[in-house]
Amino acid sequence: MNKNIVRGVALISGVLFGCGMAISGLIDPSKVTGFLDITGNWDPSLAFVMGGALIVFMPSYFLLIKPRKQSVSGDELCIPTNKRIDRRLLSGAAIFGLGWGIAGVCPGPSVASLALGNIGMVLFFAAMVVGSLFTKLFVNGNRINQSSKLRVN
Amino acid sequence: MLQAFPWQSLIGGLLLGVSATMLLLFNGKIAGISGIVSGLFSAPKKGDYSWRVLFFSGMVFGGFLTVYILGLDIPTIEGVSMWGIVAAGLLVGIGTRLGNGCTSGHGICGIGRLSKRSIVATCVFMFVAGLTVLVRLHLL
Repeated sequence: MNKNIVRGVALISGVLFGCGMAISGLIDPSKVTGFLDITGNWDPSLAFVMGGALIVFMPSYFLLIKPRKQSVSGDELCIPTNKRIDRRLLSGAAIFGLGWGIAGVCPGPSVASLALGNIGMVLFFAAMVVGSLFTKLFVNGNRINQSSKLRVN
Repeated sequence: MLQAFPWQSLIGGLLLGVSATMLLLFNGKIAGISGIVSGLFSAPKKGDYSWRVLFFSGMVFGGFLTVYILGLDIPTIEGVSMWGIVAAGLLVGIGTRLGNGCTSGHGICGIGRLSKRSIVATCVFMFVAGLTVLVRLHLL
């Protein structure tokens, strides 16, 4: 029963997320570039995407989710506990911003457009996966080794 | 004025909010797309894989369906060379793993929880992305 909830919810929320990406216009790199082009011919409409998402998510989180000990399906609530604002967070966000600014594509739109058959978007997705795996293997992996070494010492 | 209001962006945003709420409330998972994708291509932990496949497949299907039903233009990356696209993809992949999140994980779920880390990350990537577009469109 619980497994069915988890699977059904994962699928439905995925479909909704993909629909949201497309309807909102976030899926369109030229629209994103127009939104980021503040000093030029600025198109502010994408600010309403984040606004709309937060109008729903923020009150749901504080009223429905945060008071709970576990999720409805019984699985634990995987909420990030890391509070450190360190060089790693800042450099990661800056590197991501650079890539986002070059192509106008972030991870959500690259996934939501995968079946639309545009080679550029598929190429972006493939490069993104390579970059993410590379970082996980070499950078994050070393970091974990270092911190476990520190703990042993 | 009524026509100028970006209803589609608002409606799309509301859908993203509903999706992120459902995934966290029912399954206990954060709807961060960069994290979900990177987990798809890593060694699966027990019980931490099928939901990713389902969410990912749903997203691909949802994007496809909406573009066709609404007759939207198929998204294309314009004015960027093939190598530019590869570089951008690599940077997004590297940056989101280092910074533990992207527009959805930090921008929606993190800010929605009023996480300082996510608020700072979102300001940084928005600022750098804006600067990059400024350089790309107006200075180069």
